[in-house]
Amino acid sequence: MPNDDAVISLKDVNKWYGSFHALRDISLDVRKGERVVVAGPSGSGKSTMIRCINRLEEHQSGTITVNGTEVSNDVKAVEKVRRDVGMVFQQFNLFPHLTVLENLTLAPVWVKHMPKAEARDIAMRYLERVRIHEQANKYPGQLSGGQQQRVAIARSLCMRPSIMLFDEPTSALDPEMIKEVLDVMVELAEEGMTMVCVTHEMGFARTVADTVVFMADGQIVEKNTPAELFGNPREERTKQFLSQIIRH
Amino acid sequence: MSRDTAALDPSRQFHHWWNNERFRGILYQVLLLAAVVGVGWFLVSNTLTNLNARHIATGFVFLDHEAGFGISEHLIDYVPSDSYLRAFAVGLINTVEIAVLGIVLTTLLGIVMGVLRLSSNWLVARLAAAYVEAMRNVPVLLLLLFCYSGITVSLPLARNAYSLFDCIYLSNRGLKLPAPVWDASTQAVTAALVAALVLATLVSAFARRQLDRTGRSLPVARITLGLVLGLPLAVFLAGGAHLSFDVPHLAGFNFAGGVTVSPEFAALLLGLVAYTGAFVAEIVRSGILAVSYGQTEAALALGLTRMQVLRLVVLPQSLRVIIPPLTSQYLNLIKNSPLAVAIGFPDLVSVANTAINQTGQAVEGVTIIMTIYLGLSLLISVLMNWYNRRVALRGGR
Repeated sequence: MPNDDAVISLKDVNKWYGSFHALRDISLDVRKGERVVVAGPSGSGKSTMIRCINRLEEHQSGTITVNGTEVSNDVKAVEKVRRDVGMVFQQFNLFPHLTVLENLTLAPVWVKHMPKAEARDIAMRYLERVRIHEQANKYPGQLSGGQQQRVAIARSLCMRPSIMLFDEPTSALDPEMIKEVLDVMVELAEEGMTMVCVTHEMGFARTVADTVVFMADGQIVEKNTPAELFGNPREERTKQFLSQIIRH
Repeated sequence: MSRDTAALDPSRQFHHWWNNERFRGILYQVLLLAAVVGVGWFLVSNTLTNLNARHIATGFVFLDHEAGFGISEHLIDYVPSDSYLRAFAVGLINTVEIAVLGIVLTTLLGIVMGVLRLSSNWLVARLAAAYVEAMRNVPVLLLLLFCYSGITVSLPLARNAYSLFDCIYLSNRGLKLPAPVWDASTQAVTAALVAALVLATLVSAFARRQLDRTGRSLPVARITLGLVLGLPLAVFLAGGAHLSFDVPHLAGFNFAGGVTVSPEFAALLLGLVAYTGAFVAEIVRSGILAVSYGQTEAALALGLTRMQVLRLVVLPQSLRVIIPPLTSQYLNLIKNSPLAVAIGFPDLVSVANTAINQTGQAVEGVTIIMTIYLGLSLLISVLMNWYNRRVALRGGR
């Protein structure tokens, strides 16, 4: 169903890698301020779906609209969407040749043409929020994984995005570092940021998400509130997946 | 024979002194040293005997003697009555000129071709690949001859030269350009240009500091353009708007006056740049591929354009992979430049060859060539190693 206050809207989206059908008729609306967690077994198309939202992957049919702009071949439209949508990756992807501070100011200066001093002020403010400002002049290689991922979140926030995408942000972290990253994400959620988060952290999904989307084999199998989806799953595939992850 | 009887066999207890490991180690070293000294002694004595038999005096005294041969291209004044030393200097300057221009142009061509070969545009990528494969698989000497004959055969004779505004001529004698006459007025304008460049550098440094401190940027590009154009122009007008040029004009079978880009120079530069550029393109391509695609994705997700991603994120990181093999390509370019002999460009080796033929001072001539090429190569290596340390990643990964 089309939704007027949806900030992200996917409609009948299909994607193939060669003959492999990666996304099948995906339709999903995300309201402003909604926190969506996408769960599912690996290879189910979770990452592919959120990477289509900011065009890191191309979809072959269907429409994706972000803040009223359709994601298409139009380079300018894609740039507009990317300015509005922040993304955090599993592998952090900080720029190793730049200091933490330079990582944060790069996009504001080059994309938004912000004066350097102002960009630096904003960067320091976000570094303080992710509790890492004393590392501002270090290089990413000198930080721990958890610290790097918090810098990556701050880097996205410096562009003042209205939507944040998280692609398994804690999957590459040591167990004791997961919490420091999740804490930052919880704070962000409490401030009302629109978030779409691919994660295996079911505790995070339970406490933070408004909606949990369960995907398998390139399809959305089930979509519900966390309480309903975890407590009372309707589909057999969902039950199977939940029993798998609860057993460990 | 069982193991027990072997252990008891008295002949197994006796050690031959030539089987001693230490003795053998020393023996091999003595033999090697003797061989090196022997070969060296043979070469030196043989050379001295031959030089004596031909009544050739050794030493570098000949450098003061009159060279007596002309050199077709010289950036410093040179006439045949100048000394051999000056002839060598002319050759060295020609070599350095080719090396510097060649390295700059090769780098630009290599970066462009390396990036294009990775383009998602099918045709562009294939054309770049065809260029690389064609150039890499053809001997550079053949390429030089091809460029040289291409230039000299396809361009018209001097009297049918293509001309632009009757002051620029292109013919098989090369490209002829008007040259400013070095009088007081030209000197003043040149001085003004240098002053403008210095001022522009200061302004841009000041602007950068201002930008960091206050966030306000100055229109640096416009100020620089104004300075570089305006200051020399003002001096030119103040000096009475007088500038004289030495315009090339047809005289006999060739042009007189002006400055010349000769077919030999153009062919050598073109051939070396096209050849080495193909190797640099491959180095640049491998450097770009060495940077993980996640870097590109993260930069794109932040809203940077493809060009910005390349310039700000990918290329700076590929440099640490690119610089070491790039250094050896620069050295290759310099070491291939003596092939100039084949197309008649008077580089260092060509001049030295003539000098050796005339004086018989082959040992000294070759020593000079080797010393200079060694010096140039070491200089490039030192500069590139210094640059490599600057672009190295800090803090590990």
